[in-house]
Amino acid sequence: MSDRMLASRRGVLDGLFLPKGEEFSLTPAPDAARFTLRGSPQAARAFGPAPPQVLRATSKGERLALWLGPDEILLIAPGEDAGAVQTELEHKLAGEPHALVDVSHRQIGLVLEGRLAARCLSAGCPLDLRLSAFPVGMATRTIFLKAEIVLFRQEDQRFHVEVWRSFAPYLIGHLGEALIGATGL
Amino acid sequence: MSEAFRLPGADGCPIRFVFDGMPYQGREGDTLASALLANGVHLVGRSYKYHRPRGILTAGAEEPNALVAMMRGPGRMTPNLRATQIEIFDGLEVRSQNAWPSLALDAGAINDIAGKFFSAGFYYKTFMGPKVAGSGLWTRVFEPIVRQAAGLGARTSEPDPDRYAQFHEHCDVLICGGGPAGIAAALAAGASGKDVVLCDEQAAFGGGLLHETRATIDGKPTRQWLAEALAALRAMPNVRLMPRTQAFGYYAQNFIALSERVADHLATDHPVRERLWQVRAKEVVIATGAIERPLVFSGNDRPGVMLAEAARIYLNRYGVKVGTRVVLVTAHDSAYRAALDLKAAGVTIAAIADLRSDPAGELVEAARAAGLPLIADARVAGTKGRLRVSKVGIAAGVGATRWIGCDCLLMSGGWTPSVHLYSQSRGKVVWHEDRQMFLPGASVQAERSAGACKGTFALATVLAEGQQAGAAAAGTSSPSITYVVAGDPPQSGGHLGRVKAADGASGKAFVDFQNDVKADDIDLAVQEGMRSIEHVKRYTTTGMATDQGKTSNLNALAIAAEKLGKSVPEVGLTTFRQPYTPVSFGAFAGANRGELFDPLRRTPTHAWAEESGAVFEDFGLWKRARYFPRAGEDMHAAVHRECTQARKSAGVFDASTLGKIEVVGPDSAAFLEMLYTNPWAKLEPGRCRYGLMLNEAGFVMDDGVIARLAADRFHVTTTTGGAPRVLHHMEDYLQTEFPDLRVWLTSTTEQWAVIAVQGPKAREIVAPLVEGFDIAHEAMPHMSIREGRVCGIPARVMRVSFTGELGYEINVPADFGRSVWEAVWAEGRKHDAVAYGTEAMHVMRAEKGHIIVGQETDGTVTPDDLCLGWAIGKAKKDFIGKRSLVRPDMVAPGRKQLVGLLTVNPETVLEEGAQITATATPKVGEAAQGHVTSAYDSPALGRSIALALVADGRKRKGQTLHVPMPGGAIAVTVVDPVFFDPKGDRLNV
Repeated sequence: MSDRMLASRRGVLDGLFLPKGEEFSLTPAPDAARFTLRGSPQAARAFGPAPPQVLRATSKGERLALWLGPDEILLIAPGEDAGAVQTELEHKLAGEPHALVDVSHRQIGLVLEGRLAARCLSAGCPLDLRLSAFPVGMATRTIFLKAEIVLFRQEDQRFHVEVWRSFAPYLIGHLGEALIGATGL
Repeated sequence: MSEAFRLPGADGCPIRFVFDGMPYQGREGDTLASALLANGVHLVGRSYKYHRPRGILTAGAEEPNALVAMMRGPGRMTPNLRATQIEIFDGLEVRSQNAWPSLALDAGAINDIAGKFFSAGFYYKTFMGPKVAGSGLWTRVFEPIVRQAAGLGARTSEPDPDRYAQFHEHCDVLICGGGPAGIAAALAAGASGKDVVLCDEQAAFGGGLLHETRATIDGKPTRQWLAEALAALRAMPNVRLMPRTQAFGYYAQNFIALSERVADHLATDHPVRERLWQVRAKEVVIATGAIERPLVFSGNDRPGVMLAEAARIYLNRYGVKVGTRVVLVTAHDSAYRAALDLKAAGVTIAAIADLRSDPAGELVEAARAAGLPLIADARVAGTKGRLRVSKVGIAAGVGATRWIGCDCLLMSGGWTPSVHLYSQSRGKVVWHEDRQMFLPGASVQAERSAGACKGTFALATVLAEGQQAGAAAAGTSSPSITYVVAGDPPQSGGHLGRVKAADGASGKAFVDFQNDVKADDIDLAVQEGMRSIEHVKRYTTTGMATDQGKTSNLNALAIAAEKLGKSVPEVGLTTFRQPYTPVSFGAFAGANRGELFDPLRRTPTHAWAEESGAVFEDFGLWKRARYFPRAGEDMHAAVHRECTQARKSAGVFDASTLGKIEVVGPDSAAFLEMLYTNPWAKLEPGRCRYGLMLNEAGFVMDDGVIARLAADRFHVTTTTGGAPRVLHHMEDYLQTEFPDLRVWLTSTTEQWAVIAVQGPKAREIVAPLVEGFDIAHEAMPHMSIREGRVCGIPARVMRVSFTGELGYEINVPADFGRSVWEAVWAEGRKHDAVAYGTEAMHVMRAEKGHIIVGQETDGTVTPDDLCLGWAIGKAKKDFIGKRSLVRPDMVAPGRKQLVGLLTVNPETVLEEGAQITATATPKVGEAAQGHVTSAYDSPALGRSIALALVADGRKRKGQTLHVPMPGGAIAVTVVDPVFFDPKGDRLNV
């Protein structure tokens, strides 16, 4: 095994046009270690953030825990190494029945910002995205047209979206169309 | 001719447009209808069936006649638009429809003369009836002619270059209709602070207020009050005004669909043509107003015959006189307002013919005082004039008919509340005999009607009702504002069905102008046995299609009721269907077309394959490299080379699309025991096993290699197409049948890029890239898995084979897929390896007799049928499908079993799906013995091969069977399905 064989990373957004407007921007979230944690919601504590309530996300430092179901939490550790996080967590969770599965590369994170962010999402997501119905801190698994996404509102006009990698060009293409479709709104 | 019918002092900017090739001038704010009328043009189209000349009947969305095609360049022709809704702009080009060679001289008008052959039910009687004129003549000759002659506008065949957007919207209160009721509702609901959306199909809000010149609200002229009300609404940040937006459908759970015309009124380019809004409203206010009803008398469809209020709208709102000499036929007081306004504008009122014997009331008296000639107890004989009405025959009672000259005939049969949206919300309309109206009954959804659509016509009451509805929808108490209205005298009257005919009456009396349905057609339908209005509708086509009976429903109903001798509610009312007005297909499609129609899933190494010239094929939503042709190669040559070289040295294959599910938890082995036929409890960590999944009926539903990573962790692979189905199936059973098992499922299909290296040189290619484990034969036997690093990246490497060759599948995190692939490829090049695609993969697996789920299986195939009985754990107590495997049918002789077929001529490749018979020329009706499931030219065997399912196939090895084809039966010999390396020597190296 020689040094030259160290593989390099190429994300699915490589070379893809990301829609941008005065009141909307779409940027990739940083690479992150991601896990689905099943079976033991309280185990989120071992990761850092408090166990999230139903349809809510919690954070500690950069680490995020998103409630996706009664026994399912999505853990996101931006910039961290998946192997190291997994080792750390498995050590802390030893003896407690659970499933911790690395999905760092299964999906990507996108950050949607601006006054039109919710409007563009509403092109494919049927949920009520008004602040009164989908407040800051809310997170859910939902759909965007024919793609499944995880939607997390970080600020009034800032959403974090997780999408499986092969669906990302479809999602981004539709968000770009939605941005143009929102002309004048 | 330049706006000869425009009132002096029209202040809008002049606008030039073209209708049927002729340039015209209109004014800013005009609709096409008002601009044409300003130029004295009434003739705008030919009717659906009889090709009768037709004019502009209404001034709104209910227009049944004036349907035109708007030309906006290639792919941008829109047929069947209502001239009363098209806003004109500089350069607008519009054409009439259904007329050839020209509107004034239309060849199809022969249908009008031949009208008696086109009576109600014509379609059914001819297309489905006896062979009147000899066999096939109708279908070959007449039907195409009739189809060409009938109908409305033509469609365009070019792709639509416009963009259509779709958005979901949520609000607390949605108000459909921006007339006085809707505006009062919006003011009241807006004051609550809740999110309010007010939509109206017109460019301007105000509805009837836009042409009301007589009434005042709170002492202000209506238009001033309107301007102030709209300014107040615009100042409310929680109120959203949506003009040019038609609420066209009311669906379940207060889901209302709106269609917004964004660009059709603009002379300049705009990035969006239309927007479709899917609104979920907590509460809805329906304020859709009422539609004036035509009167049914002979010749009521001639150009120049209009509804009375439409004439008033054109006059007061657009400054356009509909004629110079007007006759009105009415049964309702509201037409007198039109007469008085027209008179005041200098139009001669030749007569007001009132069907009522004793018309009275404030408006009638005003008309008398103004000296307008009034004929009471009027009857109508008909109208004259070829392309424009010139005379109308009127009689007072049983008196003689007098033909009165006119260039415009206005009619009013009263008002029909627009209950379409209420009806679509599943509410049941209630017949009010005293008012001769269907009005909304109890609410089924969270909605309430207000104003004319609820049968309320007095402006003061309309405003009060709107206000109450808005407040109720917003959940606040009704505000104390009382709107004071003056100059809005009470109105009454109305008429349903036929108008009494005067002496000498003749000619067609139309009920449904758009579908060319006459009063006689309704009679005929009843006479021919139709009893329900739903049957009358279908038989005559009245109230069908895009019109949905807006102007015709009640007249048709009344005529049917009279003929049947029943009351109107006894005959019933047809369903109001969505959409209220037609919606562009583009709006429904939105951005979901071309590349964005479906998610187009690409693997991490897709770009490499593309750069290497791969030809792709669709696998569900996935794009997979099918083969990698070199210069001059066709598919056959490329696949032949890929197979040959893979077996000679090695081939590299992208297997990333394989479904992958990580099954984790202390009970994961127990769970897999139930889900797969095979035994898993004793599979050691580090080892793999082929797994077979059955449905409850015992039939094969999926297969794949399953690797045990640890006591409590399995890496399960599924077929590419089966991945979502298998995960769903597993989750379903886990939650409903085995909830006590502590095991959890996570899809990891996209976590891993999978690079398969297959061939005698596979180990030499993979070995230099691997660290942390030994891939030698003894250290890592066939069907094992190791975790370590490949190219420095954490990886899972499985020793598996789908080709029959020594093989490894390298799983690396997807972002590293491309880079690791390139490293593998660089090693492979040293050994003359090839990249191969799905086609070569299929050939090589068929040479080994490996099945593909969905190709060798079709949902009726058991493990034993596939010679996979060995994959069933004999000692297992249970697994899904186990009980079904011993059903009598499943063990009966004669089941189709997997076999190989060799054609007598080695060059002949069978057709997949072809039937197999015992004899070369089977008798008609003789059942087939089976069918071909896979067939290829096999490079390894140097001849064609095929897999097939054949009844009792295993017993028939050596027999000759036949595959009948159009060119003659092909003789085949039944053989074992494993064609190549049956002992598996090539695997164990």
